[in-house]
Amino acid sequence: MPFGNAASRVRARWRSSLYLRVVATTLALSILVVVVLGQILVGRITSGLLDAKQRASLVEAQAGINRAQALITASGEDNLDKKQNLVDQVVVELAPGGQGTPRLYDVLLLSSSASLLQRGSSTVTEASVPAALREAVAVDGVQASTFTEITYSDGRTPVPGFAVGAPLTVPGLGIAELYYLFPLTQEQQTLDLVRRTLLFAGLVLVLLLGWISWFVTRQVVDPVRYAASIAEEFSAGHLSERMKVKGEDDLARLAKSFNDMAASLEVKIGQLEDLSRVQRRFVSDVSHELRTPLTTVRMAADVLHESRADFDPATARSAELLQTQLDRFEALLADLLEISRFDAGAATLDAVEGDLRDAVTSVVEGLDPLVERSHSEIRLRFSTEPASAEFDPRRVDRILRNLLANAIEHGEGRPIDISVACSDDAVAIVVRDHGAGLRPGESSLVFNRFWRADPSRVRSIGGTGLGLPIALEDARLHGGWLQAWGSPGDGASFRLTLPRSLGIEITSSPLPLEPADASTGRRMPLSVGAGRPSRDRDRRGTDA
Amino acid sequence: MPDRHGRCDHDLMKGRILVVDDDAALSEMLGIVLRGEGFEPHLCGDGERAVAAFREFNPDLVLLDLMLPGKDGIEICREIRAESGVPIVMLTAKGDTVDVVLGLESGADDYVVKPFKPKELVARVRARMRRTDEGHPESLEIADLRIDVPGHTVKRDEEMIALTPLEFDLLVALARKPWQVFTRETLLEQVWGYRHAADTRLVNVHVQRLRSKIEADPEHPQIVVTVRGVGYKAGPA
Repeated sequence: MPFGNAASRVRARWRSSLYLRVVATTLALSILVVVVLGQILVGRITSGLLDAKQRASLVEAQAGINRAQALITASGEDNLDKKQNLVDQVVVELAPGGQGTPRLYDVLLLSSSASLLQRGSSTVTEASVPAALREAVAVDGVQASTFTEITYSDGRTPVPGFAVGAPLTVPGLGIAELYYLFPLTQEQQTLDLVRRTLLFAGLVLVLLLGWISWFVTRQVVDPVRYAASIAEEFSAGHLSERMKVKGEDDLARLAKSFNDMAASLEVKIGQLEDLSRVQRRFVSDVSHELRTPLTTVRMAADVLHESRADFDPATARSAELLQTQLDRFEALLADLLEISRFDAGAATLDAVEGDLRDAVTSVVEGLDPLVERSHSEIRLRFSTEPASAEFDPRRVDRILRNLLANAIEHGEGRPIDISVACSDDAVAIVVRDHGAGLRPGESSLVFNRFWRADPSRVRSIGGTGLGLPIALEDARLHGGWLQAWGSPGDGASFRLTLPRSLGIEITSSPLPLEPADASTGRRMPLSVGAGRPSRDRDRRGTDA
Repeated sequence: MPDRHGRCDHDLMKGRILVVDDDAALSEMLGIVLRGEGFEPHLCGDGERAVAAFREFNPDLVLLDLMLPGKDGIEICREIRAESGVPIVMLTAKGDTVDVVLGLESGADDYVVKPFKPKELVARVRARMRRTDEGHPESLEIADLRIDVPGHTVKRDEEMIALTPLEFDLLVALARKPWQVFTRETLLEQVWGYRHAADTRLVNVHVQRLRSKIEADPEHPQIVVTVRGVGYKAGPA
């Protein structure tokens, strides 16, 4: 549809260019004004010219008619031939200038009675006199005038003219009609000239107005465009960009207020950056300060644990508890530090190209002891093609470990399905358990820090309560999604979707979040998403 | 940089270890654990005195905390490395890339992240103190280098090239099988003694250091060649 394309291009250009809009509107409006003004002017000039001509013509005709009547009345002869001669004589008398052109006017003598011959000066024809005029003169017997078109018998082009007619009383013969035909050639020429001049002036005026509007718009638009480019630079992170302030007009005020805004933003951003730096520094310091004593305690506990055989049962058990709880404490500390690193924006991605199927396999192998203890069967459903993507192996391993550990913990010993699939721009892993599942609304909570499905339930694996939140942050860092679905008694399903290469915005996942075998899923579409806002809203609830 | 500590390495159980850490409790605990494992630890709690203590005590291995008051652990690492090839294991509280790489680049052979388990630490210490030589004479040639394995020397045209024990082990591992491409994981296992996957940055940093010593043009290495996507191999002999 080339036309549709062109139309939409024009529309887009129209919307995007202030120049085009202002100049085009100005042109359209000035053309309208010029056309209307021109029409009025031409109308006034025409009527003025014709009025003058009409008045002059009437005076001229009146004089001629009076003379003709006087001549006819004076002759008083009744001879028919003489009468005819008289008429000829009158016509010659009234129409001066012989055959020379241009003539000021022509005279035409007509009569409805057959006995009187028609005569005309020059070659004007009877058709030059409109029927209405003839009727007025011949039938009503009054003097009348009208505009007409004068035609000639010698092939000259007809010209517009003004006709004045009056009845002449010829004694013995009745009524003769005398017509004065004034050609308006001169007036026509004058009018043509006026029209041409006006058209040319109008055209020049419109072009000038267009140029002026372009010029004036430029004075406004250029600074605005300049301001826009500075603002774009600013938003791209060049916080020291400022506008040049010239003069004291509105644009200068715009520039000044923009600069003020930029300055205060720069200060605010600087403060936030400082804050973030302080936060990172704090995290790093806490990390060091906490880890050193923890290392000592850890080693001491280990020494005690090694020699617990020599202790009495209570002390030996204490040494064991100390050991296991230290493990938990360490895990918790590590997770806390990790999450504060995310909060501080200090987390970085060490992405390499890899196959997600390998990552899944190695994580499953790594969690073998846990799997065996839980008696859950792990069923892998891999895509046949390599699920290659650009990802940070450490983080993806951690996500998978968290998801699998979570599935084992809540899977109640039932099988766990892990599927891997890929599309052109994304890879997805779904970890599905068939455990107790999630109650309505809970899938929006699983990514909350320290959230527990059931506060009274014992943690068998001893997760820190930060596993899923960290996994969510890890997924976000990749520009990916981590989403949860669950239904009571039907288990839960977690889907990780990662872009094939970093920077690609994923719009859909190769795998459905809600498992196909979900019996009650339809009734309870509980899901929660992570990552960026996306069009996949139907599958996702609130952002965790 | 004569390797004046190489001769003590055969005595595995009686390793002398200098512990440089400002935290008294941790130092003491490290002392207890190391002594329990049969090592002979010497504690130093002050960064300023660390190098002097090193010269005085003449240890077989240095455990060095990276964050020290007074003198920076990185600085101490550099100074010790400037006069000795003794294995240095960093104790670091951060797993952050920059700190680890900085420590490795300043001369540390390996690192342990706090909080570590005593077994983990001891394993790292043992791995660094165990030498690969079995005593029988073995001489390797790679490019224009002659490697005397039991003698721990590398020569280019009678000119000695001073390598730390770790760099020496790395070169020997590669030179023994010049036809084989070593993955970073294999090297971690053979040279560092890691059983499980560990930080491959260790390999990258030490290959760079080794190259800077043995290559004619470290920017275009001829002896230790990178095999893209796989690892490293010794260049054609």
